[in-house]
Amino acid sequence: MADIAVPRAGTAVGAGGRASLHRLMQRKSTIAFLMALPLILVISLLVAYPAFYSIYLATLNKSMERFVGLGNFSFLFGRETFWLVVKQSCIFAITAVIFKALIGFVVAHFVHNIPAKGQRKWRGMLLVPWVIPPAMSTLAWLWLFDPSYSAFNWILAIFGIDPVPWTGNAHWARFAVILVNIWVGAPFFMIMYLAALKSVPEQLYEAAAIDGATWWQRIWYVTLPMMRNIIAITALFSLIVTFANFDIVRVLTAGGPLDYTHIFATWAFRVGIESGDIPLGASVSLFMVPILAVAAWFILRDINQRGNEA
Amino acid sequence: MTALTASGAEAARRPQYGSISKSRRWALRWSYFFLVLFAIFFLTPPIYMFITSLKSSAEISAATNPWWVYSPTLDNYIELLTQNQYLIFFRNSAIVSVCVVAVTMVISVLAAFALARMKFWGSATLATGVFLTYLIPDTLLFIPLFKTFAFIRETLGIELINRWWTLIILYPTLTVPFCTWIMIGYFASIPKELDEAALIDGASWTQTLTKIFIPVALPGIIAATIFAFTVSWAQFLYPLAFTTSTDQLVLPVGIVTTLIKGDVFNWGQIMTGALLGAAPPLIIYAFLMDYYIAGLTAGATKG
Repeated sequence: MADIAVPRAGTAVGAGGRASLHRLMQRKSTIAFLMALPLILVISLLVAYPAFYSIYLATLNKSMERFVGLGNFSFLFGRETFWLVVKQSCIFAITAVIFKALIGFVVAHFVHNIPAKGQRKWRGMLLVPWVIPPAMSTLAWLWLFDPSYSAFNWILAIFGIDPVPWTGNAHWARFAVILVNIWVGAPFFMIMYLAALKSVPEQLYEAAAIDGATWWQRIWYVTLPMMRNIIAITALFSLIVTFANFDIVRVLTAGGPLDYTHIFATWAFRVGIESGDIPLGASVSLFMVPILAVAAWFILRDINQRGNEA
Repeated sequence: MTALTASGAEAARRPQYGSISKSRRWALRWSYFFLVLFAIFFLTPPIYMFITSLKSSAEISAATNPWWVYSPTLDNYIELLTQNQYLIFFRNSAIVSVCVVAVTMVISVLAAFALARMKFWGSATLATGVFLTYLIPDTLLFIPLFKTFAFIRETLGIELINRWWTLIILYPTLTVPFCTWIMIGYFASIPKELDEAALIDGASWTQTLTKIFIPVALPGIIAATIFAFTVSWAQFLYPLAFTTSTDQLVLPVGIVTTLIKGDVFNWGQIMTGALLGAAPPLIIYAFLMDYYIAGLTAGATKG
């Protein structure tokens, strides 16, 4: 961030004396402001304003005529479904991020291990899940999980295993939703970790090898400390995206069976848009804010730190 | 196929490491083995999409081996591509995405240039603000935006809900912050001497931007363009919340809501539609993979 804060540009145009220099500086800042104006408008009108407006909306009653203060929140706290959604959102986000990170880390190592010539091809293949729009790839999963024609169950049947109710049973449905999320997100981790692996100096590994380090010690004492920053920041980014996920759950289970896979975003959509209770929907989605804020704070701190080091 | 290339690479490599230790060679073999496993996991859904798209409804409901096509047919493709509805979805998606990309790039290149090179009151705060807005998800904004649009209809009489062009207004909230952020990074990495030299030669700020910054930061611009396109092509929540009638839908929502008719799932067509819908980003990715990856990694590492 530090290097964004900009130029002492005066040096370049200093010929015209103090007054004209001053005028020029002023004109420059005006131009700069005008150039940034569209951005400011988009951010303030379409992001900041709605974000604060949703706080106001959350304090109204269903027909949006009466101020109810924290009424919506106390109503939510008294509802069993709400606590179910809280629990599921946390399980969903944490499990998915952990597995994405693990798979990404492992796959990045394998790609890094093979000769450089083939790496590009493998990397290209393994990133495909990230490129396909999630709504479309989730449709493919929905079809793979189909209750009567499931292609997975067909394979299981060969081994004499009973058909699995992939989206029909609460536990399996949660598993399915998380699995698809891991499938979509793991390639992103793989790419980030691969980039980080490439930036670890080879000499460190040579030194470790001379000291007789095992492969496990090499990972623990060389790779992980060198990659700490990227690991943390990727996980935080992914936590935000996963926690606020909508597409996958919506297409795969639409929250079912019996609300057992609803997460904040899908339940807010159900309550706010489909059932028409906009204030309640806004209240539900506001519960995403604390965790997003914490993650954002850590990311920002990390980026600022690196900016200062550079 | 994979086994073949793997052994090929192995053979090419052997003379280089004539005395390579046994453990190293085994590590390589295990790497290939697990890479193949993961590739199967990662590529199964798209491949299965393709397999199903070649099947007729009769073959699907006959419940034969789901992983094999006994009588391949292009009927699904022909039917979809001659069907007006699907083409409308495709057209809507294409127009929306292209417009969003254009709007996004104009806004973010201008703003990034101002933030990276010209100081003005609050510019440092704004740069942080851009990053923070990037972290605010669409799932937090769709309800208040929905209410705002309903309010605009009541007061100004402008109908914004259920109009595909509304999406052109909405999508920049998702693309502009990220694109501005990575463009700031790319612009900040350009040596100051370059634009100072231009300014000494009497170039205006506009000329500095168009003649120096844009050409030098072209890889970044391509990466940001790809990002903006991919995001607007894939966006699902906004169109689902804001558009309802079939002539206003974009691809992802169109496939999910119209091809699934009641309880009858015409899976051959759904998979074909999804595959064709996934094609544009996949094609762009196939040709511009390096830019794509640069943009992906820049988001978290630049700054």
